[in-house]
Amino acid sequence: MTKMIGKSVKRVEDKRFITGKGQYTDDIILPNMVYAHFVRSPYAHAKILSVDTAEALAHPGVIAVYTGADVAEVNGVPCGWQVNFKSGETMKEPKHPLLVVNKARHAGDAVAVVIAESKEAARDAVDLVEVDYEELDAVVDPKKAAEDGAPLVHEDAPNNICFDWELGNPKEEVDAAIAGSAHVTTLEFANQRVIPNAIEPRSYIGDYDVAHDKYTLYTSTQNPHLIRLLLCAFVLGIPEHKVRVVSKDVGGGFGSKIFHYAEEALVTWIAKELGRPVKWTADRSEAFLTDAHGRDHVTKAEMGFDEEGNITGLRIKTYAAMGGYLSTFAPAVPTYLHGTLLQGLYTTPKIHVDVVATFTHTCAVDAYRGAGRPEATYLLERMLDTAALEMGMDPAELRFKNFIPAFNGVDEEGYVTNVALQYDSGNYHPVLQRALEMVGYEDFRKEQAAARENGKLLGIGFSTYIEACGIAPSAVVGALGARAGLFEVSQVRVQPTGMVSVYTGAHSHGQGHETTFAQVVADKFGIPLEHVDIVHGDSDSVAFGMGTYGSRSLAVGGSALVKSIEKVIEKGTKIAAHVLEAAEDDLEFADGKWTVKGTDKSIGFGDVSLTAYVPHNYPAGLEPGLDFSSFYDPTNFTYPFGAHIAIVEVDKDTGKVSLKRFIAVDDVGNVINPMIVDGQIHGGVVQGVGQAMFEQAHYDEDGQLITGSYMDYAMPRADDIPMIETDRTTTPCPHNPLGVKGAGEAGAIGSTPAVVNAVMDALSPFGVKNLSMPLTSESVWRAMNS
Amino acid sequence: MKKQINLTVNGKAYSHEVEPRTLLVHYLRDTLRLTGTHVGCDTSSCGSCTILMDGQAVKCCSLLAVQADGANITTIEGLAENGTLHPLQEGFREEHGLQCGFCTPGMIMTAADLLSNNADPSEEEIRHALEGNFCRCTGYHNIVKSIQYAANKINKKEVVS
Ligand code: FES
Ligand code: FES
Repeated sequence: MTKMIGKSVKRVEDKRFITGKGQYTDDIILPNMVYAHFVRSPYAHAKILSVDTAEALAHPGVIAVYTGADVAEVNGVPCGWQVNFKSGETMKEPKHPLLVVNKARHAGDAVAVVIAESKEAARDAVDLVEVDYEELDAVVDPKKAAEDGAPLVHEDAPNNICFDWELGNPKEEVDAAIAGSAHVTTLEFANQRVIPNAIEPRSYIGDYDVAHDKYTLYTSTQNPHLIRLLLCAFVLGIPEHKVRVVSKDVGGGFGSKIFHYAEEALVTWIAKELGRPVKWTADRSEAFLTDAHGRDHVTKAEMGFDEEGNITGLRIKTYAAMGGYLSTFAPAVPTYLHGTLLQGLYTTPKIHVDVVATFTHTCAVDAYRGAGRPEATYLLERMLDTAALEMGMDPAELRFKNFIPAFNGVDEEGYVTNVALQYDSGNYHPVLQRALEMVGYEDFRKEQAAARENGKLLGIGFSTYIEACGIAPSAVVGALGARAGLFEVSQVRVQPTGMVSVYTGAHSHGQGHETTFAQVVADKFGIPLEHVDIVHGDSDSVAFGMGTYGSRSLAVGGSALVKSIEKVIEKGTKIAAHVLEAAEDDLEFADGKWTVKGTDKSIGFGDVSLTAYVPHNYPAGLEPGLDFSSFYDPTNFTYPFGAHIAIVEVDKDTGKVSLKRFIAVDDVGNVINPMIVDGQIHGGVVQGVGQAMFEQAHYDEDGQLITGSYMDYAMPRADDIPMIETDRTTTPCPHNPLGVKGAGEAGAIGSTPAVVNAVMDALSPFGVKNLSMPLTSESVWRAMNS
Repeated sequence: MKKQINLTVNGKAYSHEVEPRTLLVHYLRDTLRLTGTHVGCDTSSCGSCTILMDGQAVKCCSLLAVQADGANITTIEGLAENGTLHPLQEGFREEHGLQCGFCTPGMIMTAADLLSNNADPSEEEIRHALEGNFCRCTGYHNIVKSIQYAANKINKKEVVS
């Protein structure tokens, strides 16, 4: 049997998608189904004086209209992570109602929902619901929100502060280190708000079966079991065993489909009220207004250096928007997923980070591909390139000088950072070295100089990043405020014929688990890939699971899978020993069979499976069957790292930035399917490039989302992007059985600052040092011409 | 109020009464239950709904069903012939041109139009042709390669025959 791990096996799941047979939630039509459409606040901040539903109710086809008053008794949507104030006081956690009662807190806040026999009737009747609003002043900027006198989002959160938080070395030590530095680089910038924009809009169907007193929620989520838990235990107060959550094919998530949304709870609740299935699918304009957004930090960073260019200290103050309500993981993003990454790859001896999280009259902000780590990387990498420019040093050299020396985490200790992490393994020089070779650094600098002579602006930008993923050890995240464990669950059910059904709590919404997980199983059992089936996304077949985010599927879910595989092999060995009349120690399992060492006596995987289910000739005292599940809770995060380099050309006359080349050398540990890993890197890189060059969720001062459609919100299109040049180094994760680290977010974490740094490099003849993202033609042109 | 339409979809003739305001994409998805054609936006920007109408790639979210009266339509479900995948379908699988798969039918139909007009497109021409289609997963890299794969396959076939 050929090895399956490490091969670019073509994806098993593709067949249904390329033939149009995928089944996304909106593709499902249940008998007798009705349709929901929401009445949403046109104002960012408004008192709701009255809601009149009479005319809507009279509209043909309308069955019901629910308002905030109807669900006032139902709990709101909970937050899953608690971060405390520096003082120890708990964060402010205002109720997030399913439908608002007397106040709207962002444009798009749900005021009422119309249920009708058809989508069209529901949509028409939405315009007939009469809501009397009194518009109030709004605040949208995370820093301005904290100023005295700013309009309050929630009366019980003074100055709109959800929490303030700090991490790192004592502030005085960091102040002293920076004060004593030969050079200090200071940057103030925003990490602008962006919108995840999975191409499949969110879609939910609630169904209630009165005969069995059982609910089913079909949902486009990244984590069905987590949704079930939140829905049952926190929102609707219904018994968990009476709820099935199904999320089969999901059209991308990027974080935005982790969270429990009010619409999920509402369709479930209304299905029982009406005794009919209820479907809601977001329009793209609703998605813009209501899918949790990402980033939105306003930051001041100061980094000190000695004469040789060694970093001496780093001091950071960040304001991070939470939006109008706390989304599921929102408080964790600017704190434990951002502050903890500010060591980066560098030996920075003193670090202090201060984060103020504020409510704003905007859509909620939560994890978006990378979640906190892109913000940390952007900060560090902009500082490094800017410092290199200011100190007249080469940006690559400056990084080499400050890298943490290599350590493997096996016979050498992990690296303890100043910001609460212990890196498990790392070898940072080779990724940058390799990226420099691929780009042809020396030649590029010559080309750049020659181009400048000819009036052409070329630039090169660097980014060397580390991230913490494979989220995460439950005990660690519990201590940091998570209200859930973050283990993963697997079940390996060997059928009597030796075919294998695998049930995983991880969830694929593009990642290709049906292939990679099957590769692991086929490889370990020595059986054909076609003999393995991966089941996910249904809480009635998969025992439990925490879902997919934080690049955790293989590192955590794959490890849980290996545990179950090992249990099968262990029991199989007992059965094989009995049948072969040999001692267990004398057997070896390889290539799908157990062989008595040194003989040709063997029994195959299929025969052992059959024996387990037809246990006529069977070890005494051993249970029949071959079916194991496992929970795996990691001991640490995993720490992928890499070096990204961008080359851009800036048009002197128009300010247009063209991305000419992008080189990504990533170390994601061992790789199960290189083709899929490369695909993850390509996609991540382009999302990061999107933030650097095109994307921005822009709210005006009144809290109107100006970029509320694809006509106004620019995302990368095929002709904006070159081929992505990738390579890898391999530093295995020392603490999980596959040695894997995670590749889903790496691209998005590393790429953004590389592009911005490249543009700054191109603009250096103009003395431009700092520009806000996105780097539109207008802002670049203005910078060159001011 | 309702209007009668007669059309051919994936080689099969259909006749239905539709509301004048019914979008073609909803007719295909809800009435014919051909759900491979997706809806990703409300501004005809994303291309998820791309189908072939009389051989041309069109975004059927911006057409009314009544406008398809008399038309010959191919959707992603009708692309494979007698169980043999179209070279583009094969290309997307071989070159990992899809991740979540949501944009994929639209990408493939757009590329089918491109290849029928330009059998050997350059990378630039491919990227240009995909301008009206969003993919949020792949970064387009492998989509371009998938279309190149299909073009090569189609061209080789033509050389042989
Ligand atoms: S759904 Fe037709 S272009 Fe987006
Ligand atoms: S594969 Fe997911 S949007 Fe293209």
